[in-house]
Amino acid sequence: MQRLVFAFIAGGLFGAGLFISGMTDTTKVQGWLDVFGAWDPTLAFVMGGAMLPMALAWLIAARRRSALLGTALPPKPSTRIDRKLVLGSLLFGAGWGLAGLCPGPAIASLSYGGTGGYIFVAAMLAGMIVAPFVRTRLDKPVPAE
Amino acid sequence: MFNKRETRKMPMDWIWGLIGGLLIGTGGAVYLLVNGRIMGASGIIGGLVDGSAGDSKWERLAFLAGVVLLPIILQPVYREVDTHVTQNVLVLIAAGLLVGVGTRLANGCTSGHGVCGMSRLSLRGFAATLCYLLAGGVSVVFFRHLLGVI
Repeated sequence: MQRLVFAFIAGGLFGAGLFISGMTDTTKVQGWLDVFGAWDPTLAFVMGGAMLPMALAWLIAARRRSALLGTALPPKPSTRIDRKLVLGSLLFGAGWGLAGLCPGPAIASLSYGGTGGYIFVAAMLAGMIVAPFVRTRLDKPVPAE
Repeated sequence: MFNKRETRKMPMDWIWGLIGGLLIGTGGAVYLLVNGRIMGASGIIGGLVDGSAGDSKWERLAFLAGVVLLPIILQPVYREVDTHVTQNVLVLIAAGLLVGVGTRLANGCTSGHGVCGMSRLSLRGFAATLCYLLAGGVSVVFFRHLLGVI
């Protein structure tokens, strides 16, 4: 039960932050990406602001064995930069620019994003269901040329 | 017709961005230090739809409930509640599919690789962020300035 309460609190902070920061407004996100248009720097402040408490949390986590509710803390990050990471991030970025939405804001704006928001989320979920199959294909060794 | 590019730039926007960002990071800190998990939106959602969530299903749902509910509570007391998202169905479907497939292949999005990854100086976090920023910029330039569809 405690896990659910704190997950809800964490999600609430995340949702409130996305809402207040203006990151659920697609014009602000596309404005940030549009370096040849009316450039909007807001996203940099959001990212910077979010990384401050998060960096502090990682510093605290490094000195602990487990999380407060007893679960093991995440292991050290992998340093492997593979095709899936690069290709996936490029595809994600293309879609992010196209609609101005990424997964967090798409969910946070469900209550006021209207039909457009529903269509985007439905397509995103479909993409997430398909992804494991694409991943398997990418995992196959590349044939020698 | 094409969407009008609105210039509703308010001088206070960056302050709201910073405050919102601090809240996002605090959420990530709680999720890490209390629940022991990395706050990545695409991972939390993706695990639920591709069946890899396992025991953490309810924890993920509780997180997402918070994400959806807080903006509802804040709406009456707060400013802009329009996403200004395009009404072009083809664009929405293409963008959604790209975001869904891409984030799951890369194992993270703006929250997982960006906020949580870069703040622990993860090489993969920086690499992913570089890639999606680059592709995002190219995408906006291409679809807005060359094709004029967004």
